[in-house]
Amino acid sequence: MYAIKVRQFRKRYGDLEAVRGIQFEVEPGELFGIIGPDGAGKTTLLRALCTLLLPDDGEILINGLNTRHHVADIRQIIGYMPQRFSLYQDLTVEQNLNFFADLFQVPEDERRARLEQLYRFSRLGPFKKRAAGALSGGMKQKLALSCALIHTPDILILDEPTFGVDPVSRQEFWDILRDIQRQGTTIVVSTAYMEEADLCDRVMLFHQGRILALDQPSALKAQYRFPLYRIEADHLPEMQTYFAGLSGVRFIQRFGDSLHVSFTREPGDDLWQTARDQGLQRFERIAPSIEDIFMDLTTREEHESVEH
Amino acid sequence: MNASLKRVVAIARKEFLHIIHDPRSLVVIFVLPIFQLTMFGYALNMEIKNVDLAVLDYSRSPISWQLVQTFEGSPFFHVQYFDGQPDELERLFLQRKARAALIIHPDFGRDFHRQPATPVQLIIDAVDPNAATLIRNYSLQVIAEFNRRFGGEIRLPFDVEKAIWFNPDLKSAYFFVPGLLALILIMLCTLLTSVTITREKEMGTMEQILVSPVKPREIIIGKVIPYIVISMTIGVLILSIGIVLFGVPFRGSYVLLALFSSIYIITALSMGLMISTIARTQQVAMMMAQIATLLPTIILSGFIFPLSSMPRPLQWVSNIIPAKYYLKIVRGIMLKGNTFSQLIEPAGVLLVMTLLLFLIARRRFSMHLEG
Repeated sequence: MYAIKVRQFRKRYGDLEAVRGIQFEVEPGELFGIIGPDGAGKTTLLRALCTLLLPDDGEILINGLNTRHHVADIRQIIGYMPQRFSLYQDLTVEQNLNFFADLFQVPEDERRARLEQLYRFSRLGPFKKRAAGALSGGMKQKLALSCALIHTPDILILDEPTFGVDPVSRQEFWDILRDIQRQGTTIVVSTAYMEEADLCDRVMLFHQGRILALDQPSALKAQYRFPLYRIEADHLPEMQTYFAGLSGVRFIQRFGDSLHVSFTREPGDDLWQTARDQGLQRFERIAPSIEDIFMDLTTREEHESVEH
Repeated sequence: MNASLKRVVAIARKEFLHIIHDPRSLVVIFVLPIFQLTMFGYALNMEIKNVDLAVLDYSRSPISWQLVQTFEGSPFFHVQYFDGQPDELERLFLQRKARAALIIHPDFGRDFHRQPATPVQLIIDAVDPNAATLIRNYSLQVIAEFNRRFGGEIRLPFDVEKAIWFNPDLKSAYFFVPGLLALILIMLCTLLTSVTITREKEMGTMEQILVSPVKPREIIIGKVIPYIVISMTIGVLILSIGIVLFGVPFRGSYVLLALFSSIYIITALSMGLMISTIARTQQVAMMMAQIATLLPTIILSGFIFPLSSMPRPLQWVSNIIPAKYYLKIVRGIMLKGNTFSQLIEPAGVLLVMTLLLFLIARRRFSMHLEG
């Protein structure tokens, strides 16, 4: 049985179709990533997974239970961490945790051990008397995570948990997720940080309410067969215009002080020679990142929708 | 203790923590009613004393002097003679040197002894209509007094004896203490409930609570319990001040008032709940709560302005103002010593109103996120 099974799920807000009939499964014990930019529909999807929104169309099964009919049962087995930091800022770390333990009816005898365990992995123990609002961004995320884990859920659903958190805390947060996964918990996590895709077992590239691709990050990269180059130049905007004018270019994306350009066929020497005259400094063939793949897929989708 | 009750207690306890963690709001909640009470108690004085009265006595007769002395002798007027023409009076009013003027015409002395009725003219500055009405009434009292002493033995075929019951001295505390109780309870309860629930929505914590096995009615009950306690305390505070400081009598049963006040408090909480299902931010909730409670309760409940003198459409509207019924109950119990059976009608209407409001709000309060 799948931990999560989504069939033809569709959700619209007025004229806007936030999720357009998608279908996928999450295996038990998997760390499953939903990768997409802001506005892709990630939050809508995750809210539907934890029964906060009902599908307009299609079905969502959590451990075989339909979100339409088994709201209370599903809420008992999932842990959810919403996108924004949504704990009680004026309550202390301990008070927040105890409140959620009460709501989920964690028995007194289990509670002490559970709290100790959560304090240990989150390293929030020394701060238990501190008001949640006075914690740093990374600590807030860890507290929110602890609250979502207080009742030892089978499935943990996290909506952009590392948003706005510094890189060191982000790395630490992902290490914690791996620990939780090792204890047998299924984790579904959304993120707009493409580099975090590599930390998941499988990722779903999600854009405008549609699934662009779904596989292991390494498989997605291996399947990408188009030549991809990293390009440095005196004047990047001019270089970008130059490549945009060429046929056989799949996408151009600016990455810091360089360009990533993907071609349908291996470009000839004459192309590079002309580019040098335009101010090209250096070029090298690179392996694609998840972000490159995402760019490629979304660019192609836009082309197709223009043609239609 | 079963699971549901445990969750209610958990939410109530958390709500108490919020209140304790924000002592400033708590102080405001308790100081506001005391402040309003003292303001109404000492500022809203319905008696006027020492009204400046300009007297233009063209008669200058012994009897006109007696009339002016009668005015001077009352505590209400401060008499100043004015030598001038009647058309110069306007200047006096404009400069606020006089709020009323008494004009006695030259033939007053002669006519007084010859004719059955002798007119004098009284001009009152009606910029403040309430004050003008009071000044007019005082003047009539003074003139009646004068007539008793100096008028002839004319007997009217019948006489009207006025008798005012339940508040014979027309003390203003008797009407503003019950009125403030009605106003403050509904304002505070509606505001606090709507804000506390909207805050959870605004902060995103509602999302987090909703994914727990907690049921909407448990959230609602848990969240309002602390505010019921606070409201009850404030109610007792207002009553104590009213009785001790302003000498308002309490003729009925405390238990009965507590019972009906609980219904009223739940009415207010349901209104707050209703608002919280509509408003998305605390600011909007606050505004809606103010609009729904403050003016309607002051104007359309009979608190200050008698409902019977209002245009019909406003009287109809007043029927859906909870404070209208609660005022009947409070005034009935405190001033008249009404019993349960005498208050069944207003209490019944209030109860029905509460149930309706609560059911609608409860239906709108969804287990899912809207939209």
